[in-house]
Amino acid sequence: MATSPTHRIPWGALGPWLALLGACIFFATQSDRFLTGGNLSLILQQVMVVGVIAIGQTLIILTAGIDLSCGMVMALGGIIMTKFATELGMPVPVAILCGIGVTTLFGLLNGLLVTRIKLPPFIVTLGTLNIAFAITQLYSSSQTITDLPAGLTGLGTTFTIGSAEVAWGSVLMVALYVLVWFVLRETAAGRHIYAVGNNAEATRLVGIPTQRVLLGVYVAAGVLYGIASLLSVARTGVGDPNAGQTENLDAITAVVLGGTSLFGGRGIVLGSLIGVLIVGVFRNGLTLMGVSSIYQVLVTGVLVILAVAADQLSRKGAR
Amino acid sequence: MFVSSRFVPALAVLALAASTASTALAAGEPVIGLVTKTETNPFFVKMKEGAQEEAKKLGAKLLSGAGKADGDNAGQITAMENMIAAGAKTILITPSDAKAIVPAIKKARDKGIMVIALDSPADPPDATDALFATNNYTAGVLIGEYAKAAMAGKTPKIVALDLLPGHPVGAQRHNGFMKGFGLAANDAKSNELSKAPEIVCMADSFGDQAKAQTVMENCLQKAPDVNLVYTINEPAAAGAYNALKRAGKEKGVMIVSVDGGCQGIKDTAAGVIAATSQQYPLKMAAMGVAAGVEFAKTGKKASGYVDTGVTLIAGKSVAGVESKDTKTGAELCWGKK
Repeated sequence: MATSPTHRIPWGALGPWLALLGACIFFATQSDRFLTGGNLSLILQQVMVVGVIAIGQTLIILTAGIDLSCGMVMALGGIIMTKFATELGMPVPVAILCGIGVTTLFGLLNGLLVTRIKLPPFIVTLGTLNIAFAITQLYSSSQTITDLPAGLTGLGTTFTIGSAEVAWGSVLMVALYVLVWFVLRETAAGRHIYAVGNNAEATRLVGIPTQRVLLGVYVAAGVLYGIASLLSVARTGVGDPNAGQTENLDAITAVVLGGTSLFGGRGIVLGSLIGVLIVGVFRNGLTLMGVSSIYQVLVTGVLVILAVAADQLSRKGAR
Repeated sequence: MFVSSRFVPALAVLALAASTASTALAAGEPVIGLVTKTETNPFFVKMKEGAQEEAKKLGAKLLSGAGKADGDNAGQITAMENMIAAGAKTILITPSDAKAIVPAIKKARDKGIMVIALDSPADPPDATDALFATNNYTAGVLIGEYAKAAMAGKTPKIVALDLLPGHPVGAQRHNGFMKGFGLAANDAKSNELSKAPEIVCMADSFGDQAKAQTVMENCLQKAPDVNLVYTINEPAAAGAYNALKRAGKEKGVMIVSVDGGCQGIKDTAAGVIAATSQQYPLKMAAMGVAAGVEFAKTGKKASGYVDTGVTLIAGKSVAGVESKDTKTGAELCWGKK
């Protein structure tokens, strides 16, 4: 563990950048609208929700875990915020904190079940996925919550730089990536997360509190999902009980595309941002070209397999 | 931002180099966006075909997009934004979530984009410039009247396989059916499913054949003596029929439905479905594209509700209820013939 795996540059770390660059070049040749500030900032707005969820997912995958509940927990947070702010008439900041509080509780629940009862993360989060979904539907009576106070959607508003219209939510997303990147790279806690993912038993034997690290990761992910709830509300302008349906798989896809190993211990959180952007760029570019978005699904499938194959091959090379 | 700062210079050069070979949109060609609920449901596949055909005829460029699944509001918003970025001045949309899509539609309209709802309305309906759709209440009334006449005075024990909670199309068809059958029912504006003692089991099928079969099986446990099944659409009707067949009850139970897809019309000819209300997605899409071209040329926006028509197609006609036969239905049907 002396040399952190992040300091090596395996092929897998370069691949995502090449894929993103290649996609951008391709779409720039296909549509003269692609490479405008307005369009690029639009893509950043479109990916902000999955982008923030993918940070939490990256942390969990770095510990060799997985979180299937992220999208549904995010949806629940959004319903809590919007309902508390409208029907209960709470001040917006309080409502937001309540929403983030609930998603954090779900993170804590996931973490406790994984660390204390030693259940596999896949099963734990499969369970909490369903629990969060059901609570969301019951509490909202499956009804969309509208007429939100402006404070709840503030992160969806934009400021202009040249022809770009940048949403505050996109700025927040990038800031969170930089923050988590710094924590993972420069702090003891960050190194412990990689260590647990590489070899939990060895990590425990050298005296690192493995269970506390794991629990902390799940709780941090819960907080991030809460922030994603707020971004989702800001982006759509409503509390949507059907939000989050595809976000769990989208986030896992982004993490894998970004070169983080599903086997834990290896990866860079900024890679997940690249992964999120690859998917966003394809969806946007194909629409500009007038091509069915089913091609995006096709390309994503191929890229995911290439990304995991690159990880496997570089792993073999490292041995 | 993160990406652009690093790559924009390199990409800009490449874009310049490539712009000679660029397949940019022809100048003056109106761009029209079509956002459906999913890319895979045959109803929306057909709607897209209708739009494409009309766009080709009128010299417009059609962009299409969709949510990933029924109810994927964020996916529809993203598709809409991308189309506006691509230069679309008209967006045709079948809202997946009638309420949740409203703020995004408002944003588009504030930019001067004309937004027309196809097939199902936004909530409130005046959130869009216009609505081109089947009158779903009428569609329900037609099969209700047919069922009432065909039952010939038998005491009805009805199973209702509905869409999903809170969806206006589901409520309008359900309530229309009850009204046509002569039961107490909410009016066409209500999003609440009315209940009546004659309805012995009510369940959501999500318009899906497999889910409909499961809920029908469960309804048969609760109400084994059912003699009439109302289904939200023809896949749900097919699921209900499978359940009845497995229970050996397909002979004594009448199924009525809505849609008029080609498979549904085949099922009607084969007696699986007694009657169905046929709607016309091709027409909705074609009218939407035409309105978009008109807007691009003259700046005149479409407005209000335009009924795209509905026809009762019956396997066997009954006295006192006007219907067309399945041959006519097959000529006008949508989906794979």
